[in-house]
Amino acid sequence: MRAYEDWVIEAEHRGLKISEVVYQSEMENLQQSEQELFQRMSKNLKVMRESVAAGLSGERRSLSGLVGGDAAKVEFRRKTGVSLVGDQISGVIARALAVAEVNACMGKIVAAPTAGSCGVIPAVLLTVEETLKVSEQELLLALFTAAGLGMIIAERANVSGAEGGCQAEIGSAAAMAAAAAVELAGGTPRQTADAAAIAMKSMLGLVCDPVGGLVEVPCVKRNATGATIALAAAEMALSGVRSAIPIDEVIDAMGEIGQQMPCTLKETAQGGLATTPTGRRIRADFL
Amino acid sequence: MSRSNVFDLIGPIMVGPSSSHTAGAVRLGGMARKILGEEPVQGTISLHGSFAKTGKGHGTNLALIAGLLGMQPDDERIPEAIEMAKERGQNFSFRIADLGDVHPNTVKFELLGKTGCHTQVVGSSIGGGAIVIREINDFQVEIRGNYPTIVILHQDLPGLVAQVTLLLATAQTNIARMLVSREKRGAQALMVLETDEKIEDAVLALMRRLPKIYQVLAIEPLE
Repeated sequence: MRAYEDWVIEAEHRGLKISEVVYQSEMENLQQSEQELFQRMSKNLKVMRESVAAGLSGERRSLSGLVGGDAAKVEFRRKTGVSLVGDQISGVIARALAVAEVNACMGKIVAAPTAGSCGVIPAVLLTVEETLKVSEQELLLALFTAAGLGMIIAERANVSGAEGGCQAEIGSAAAMAAAAAVELAGGTPRQTADAAAIAMKSMLGLVCDPVGGLVEVPCVKRNATGATIALAAAEMALSGVRSAIPIDEVIDAMGEIGQQMPCTLKETAQGGLATTPTGRRIRADFL
Repeated sequence: MSRSNVFDLIGPIMVGPSSSHTAGAVRLGGMARKILGEEPVQGTISLHGSFAKTGKGHGTNLALIAGLLGMQPDDERIPEAIEMAKERGQNFSFRIADLGDVHPNTVKFELLGKTGCHTQVVGSSIGGGAIVIREINDFQVEIRGNYPTIVILHQDLPGLVAQVTLLLATAQTNIARMLVSREKRGAQALMVLETDEKIEDAVLALMRRLPKIYQVLAIEPLE
């Protein structure tokens, strides 16, 4: 079983970024050239940008009618300059809501790592892009860092709400986004590991309790809160704050917690928010 | 989970909201279309388990029909699939069914093609957009759509498997996986072969000329 720590050590040893270690290893795994890998990742980044833009326009509604238009509200407030939390945080919230809304409304998104958690990574990366003016190439590299960590999570635990609850979806996305944000901001490979660990620790135990079994409530808003956790974790790691528990052990703990989580709280809509009086009423009204 | 690659974690590009209930459903429809081997004109689609319970909110119905119309999981026309089928005069109906002890996300297609072919296909969406076809015309199979696949309906008799694999060997086609099943000894049997290389039409034609082979179906891998 692979460990993220192995990549950190290799990157430190060879003076590379995590993303470089990841794509070099994937060239062999997939038998594809560097150019092919970057072209494929570039398509993903393009769709991420399109889904942010589509969601911010706020025109679509989901099949149930519960979701749509909230990203536009946050973006409007941000644009008026009265945001309580400042431009970066309100920006990441608006973008994460945007992509998650597009997903709920049957629009085109990039699963990252899943469809239900598709808002976190684009929101964080595009917000860092706006803040630090990083290049397209750096963004693509950061996506390899995120994906590399995702592979480790998928191998050691899982990235599926049905198997591990929301911590496995939004939790994994937040960890992946945090690692990518640190690399984009010029942090060290070690700091990507710390950021990922801090982000995932913050979401351990989060259950998957979707109302009506739909990827809408609470999934869309959890994308936004997950994205802010990713930025907070990145900020701590970049300041030199260490995670007491290393990332691979955090991932293992997440997997274990997922196993211990009852089935009623793993995407089956049989517990939690799904079975609140309002959750039941929404389900009955729609289905 | 088995070893993945970066594009399993950042990707696929798809129309939401759910990799299993939407993207996987498009792929199931697509496989059913490939197995039918022609444009479907009519069909009954039976939804089981979670597909039946939460399918509506996930656009599973739209996604299954989009697949039957030949769309990919990233096709932005998926939300209009039912309208498109109606416009083309294709008539699909849905029902809720208990398909037995199967994966919660399982669907059964009973399809009629434009030249009158009938096919019955059962498949499951097993997570992350991955699918598996479990049954074709009441025969148990296991087709994941990762490889070029041939499905051969034949009579159960000695030596037939060897003749088929000899044709593949001669064409330098490597078999990745193979599954044989039969109704009972000496009755109708089914062979499913997944190969590394695309199977040439000439090889398929030779297979169809072998004695006691009733049907040879070549299914291209999903994109």
